[in-house]
Amino acid sequence: MNNLNYILPEIFISLSIMFLLILGVFKKKSSNLVHYFSIGFLLITGILIFNNSLDLNITLFRGSYIIDSLSSYMKILTILGGAIVLSISRKYLKLFKIFLIEYPILILCSILGMMVMISSNDLIVFYVGLELQSLALYVLASFNRDQLKSSESGLKYFVLSALSSGLLLYGCSLIYGFSGSTNFNLISQSINSDNHFLTFGIVFILVGLAFKISAVPFHMWAPDVYEGSPTSVTLFFAIVPKVAALTIFIRFLYVPFINVIDQWQTIIVFLSIASMIFGAVAAIGQKNLKRLIAYSSIGHIGYSLAGLAPGTNDGIQSSIVYISIYIVMNFGLFSCLLMMKRNDKYFETIDDLSGLSKHHPVLSLSMLIILFSLAGIPPLAGFFAKFYIFKSVIEESMYFLAIVGLLSTVIAAFYYLKIIKVIYFDEEKEKYDTDHSLWLKISLTSSTLLILLYFIFPSKLVEIVSRINII
Amino acid sequence: MDFPILSSLILLPSIGALFLLFSKDQSSNTGKYVALFTSYVNFLISIYLWFLFDPNSSNFQFVEDREWLKGFINYKVGIDGISILFIILTTFVTPLCIISVNNTIKNRLRDFLIAILVMESFMLGVFCSLDLVIFYLFFEAGLIPMFLIIGIWGGARRVYSAFKFFLYTLLGSVLMLVAIISIYWITGTTDVIKLYEIGIDYKYQNLLWLAFFSSFAVKTPMWPVHTWLPDAHVEAPTAGSVLLAAILLKMAGYGFIRFSLGLFPLASETFTPLVYILSLIAIIYTSLVALMQEDMKKLIAYSSVAHMGFVTLGIFTITQQGIEGSIIQMLSHGFVAAALFFCVGVVYDRMHSRLIATYGGLVSVMPKYAILLMVFTLAAIGLPGTTGFIGEFLILIGAFKDNFLVAVIASLGVILGAAYMLWLYRRVVFGELVNNNLLKIKDLDNSEKFILWSLAIPILFFGFYPELLNNTIEISVNDLIENYNFNLNMYTPEVK
Repeated sequence: MNNLNYILPEIFISLSIMFLLILGVFKKKSSNLVHYFSIGFLLITGILIFNNSLDLNITLFRGSYIIDSLSSYMKILTILGGAIVLSISRKYLKLFKIFLIEYPILILCSILGMMVMISSNDLIVFYVGLELQSLALYVLASFNRDQLKSSESGLKYFVLSALSSGLLLYGCSLIYGFSGSTNFNLISQSINSDNHFLTFGIVFILVGLAFKISAVPFHMWAPDVYEGSPTSVTLFFAIVPKVAALTIFIRFLYVPFINVIDQWQTIIVFLSIASMIFGAVAAIGQKNLKRLIAYSSIGHIGYSLAGLAPGTNDGIQSSIVYISIYIVMNFGLFSCLLMMKRNDKYFETIDDLSGLSKHHPVLSLSMLIILFSLAGIPPLAGFFAKFYIFKSVIEESMYFLAIVGLLSTVIAAFYYLKIIKVIYFDEEKEKYDTDHSLWLKISLTSSTLLILLYFIFPSKLVEIVSRINII
Repeated sequence: MDFPILSSLILLPSIGALFLLFSKDQSSNTGKYVALFTSYVNFLISIYLWFLFDPNSSNFQFVEDREWLKGFINYKVGIDGISILFIILTTFVTPLCIISVNNTIKNRLRDFLIAILVMESFMLGVFCSLDLVIFYLFFEAGLIPMFLIIGIWGGARRVYSAFKFFLYTLLGSVLMLVAIISIYWITGTTDVIKLYEIGIDYKYQNLLWLAFFSSFAVKTPMWPVHTWLPDAHVEAPTAGSVLLAAILLKMAGYGFIRFSLGLFPLASETFTPLVYILSLIAIIYTSLVALMQEDMKKLIAYSSVAHMGFVTLGIFTITQQGIEGSIIQMLSHGFVAAALFFCVGVVYDRMHSRLIATYGGLVSVMPKYAILLMVFTLAAIGLPGTTGFIGEFLILIGAFKDNFLVAVIASLGVILGAAYMLWLYRRVVFGELVNNNLLKIKDLDNSEKFILWSLAIPILFFGFYPELLNNTIEISVNDLIENYNFNLNMYTPEVK
């Protein structure tokens, strides 16, 4: 019973999902209410996790569930991400007439799944969490069901994701078969690098995870799904599941398989290099901003995976710092995207940004800052994110990874510059609407300021993250 | 701790920019006055700094050391005799750029001023920083405003040039970042003063030197990675070209002195032939290319490459004269190139053409302009009595000390330099007044006169009285060379 205290946030969020379902069904026209409630519940969950304190480190339910600084930090990121997504997408949903009670409830469901995933210390618990979040995401991707593209993206995501889940499950069963346990700690005790079948298991699991985090060569779903889904869902896709997937990457590699680092290190390096280069090169030709963001997020995932390659605490921390800053930048970018609205129609190609700076100086300045930060140009936050990654990579003398990574930032800079070029150098088009919701404005301003002023107190974030010690 | 004079020097332009950001009007004069005021206050501060500066000490002065990235990197700034001159050059040229916007910048004046002021902050940061990471931060950050200056206010092919500028420089710089982080893991610090004391192990020096070189060579720019410069110069607005030529290029020369020589003396010794060859190619080849140019700005851009070739040559002679000459040559080029670009800007604003063929016979319609252009042309050639002479002369003395052949080839460059500059002058100013549109052209207005005279005065003053510059840099350069030779002698037996 004592254990239940620690999983209070999870219990609370499950109860609130049920409550919201009942509320939504029995009260007519309650979508507004459900929306507000779900944001409130998410914030309360966040506070509950915070209350649990970041320095906790305990395992529950016979070691199958773990609450430590990593899980608490990542859960807070997930929940904050979810809450911001909900609050800035209201107007968008209303315009597309998909402002329904299911939307926040599905988001809460997938967040619950992610929280379970983040805290899992056991293959079965992990898989249950993963499926819960994936199922909710399938529905979300096709949420705008009247639109062909949205349904298509949902179906695509479902088919490919189910395939990867199958691979992942097969990997899990191999691991179980050869180590005799599903618990991460027990697996790590019974593992040694002579066992080649175990390596098979690791590879299968990594493939499944790489799919979830959309690392090359398992990224194919990302551009289509990002483009097809409603923008508010794309925003969710681009941010929140990445946090959970990265956590489980860290947990998998560094708890059960830390002793066989020589077996998986090359895989991670490959995934990372492939994602960085492919993300940079493939984005160049894109015309649709959402597709471009998909490729850019593939590239960014490559960088955060690079932090996992060295096998040090420093590396893990740098990766977490990276994903945190990446989230802030993406919120800024998507806020801009959600502001590109004219006469109740949203625009999402790069050409639509043409000459934006003439009519919307503030919006374009924020976008300029965000894009330069995504490109990793100092003194913006994105530079520091990359800096920490390469610092930890070079510490382990992995120069090849570092140099390839930095060179691909130059390639990536090209397509970010291309957007800036369109905004600042090209001829102006019609004005966009300026009646944005307050939340959207707050989200854009705060993310821009965070990015711009990060260099004044660069060690604050690192200090928080440095509490996370896995090894 | 004393008043943080260097930090305020760096921050002040940005604060001015922040003020401008909140002003609504794009094209008001108030914005210009605010920008002008901030930049001139900054100039006065830097002059005051020069007075406070003690030239008899080889230590870094006005050092500020603050915790920044905890336990890893400190925000550390400080100056010695070398950096103070570059700081003054920066604060001197920036206000002139702001004055020049009168005629050149028609749209989005406020944004342009903001970009210039932010740029000034970053440039000052480069010359002040005493930590490799801080240096890198400022060095790279300068790309953002410059990219916008070329891209928004540039000429017809501005997009291509802006991209080329940005990507070339970024590509060069990323390797430097790898090197900087490696230095941190090898020695445990990125603090330049500490690194001078500890030194870096010989076996790493060559690779690190090359990584730094890749960045500085692009920025200098050295042959064969100079191709971004003519494009950037031609397309940038006048003020942008001026900043680019007068200050941005100097960052690399400064970097060579401060980091390549200071941190990797053994590698510098190893790679001296490489630098010599590239510099000589730059001097001869780009001078020949300059001879063939139809476009005035392009011609001056190529002459910049040639002049910077002299600078790198002088630095790597590693003699007192060579390095002092390089520093003076950099300052001189800062004044002269800035002045020449302003001069091109003056006629471009009137005729909207940069082609040499458009002009001819300007002397009869623009006599004042002709006189000032003569001064700058002669300074670019290196006529005695101008700063150009002092710089080139000292560099050549240094080169003769080190390698006779190199010095002889470099001297040829001086002759070529005279050829293309005088020919340019002849074609633009003398000759028949063929183009009838030129009859209506007006001579210099007041702000242009102010800009050009304020550039002509230091060129002549320091040309006759170089002692003032010499006094400031002598001890620092001497110290650098002693340190260099000390390292060389310490390691040489081991290496052999």
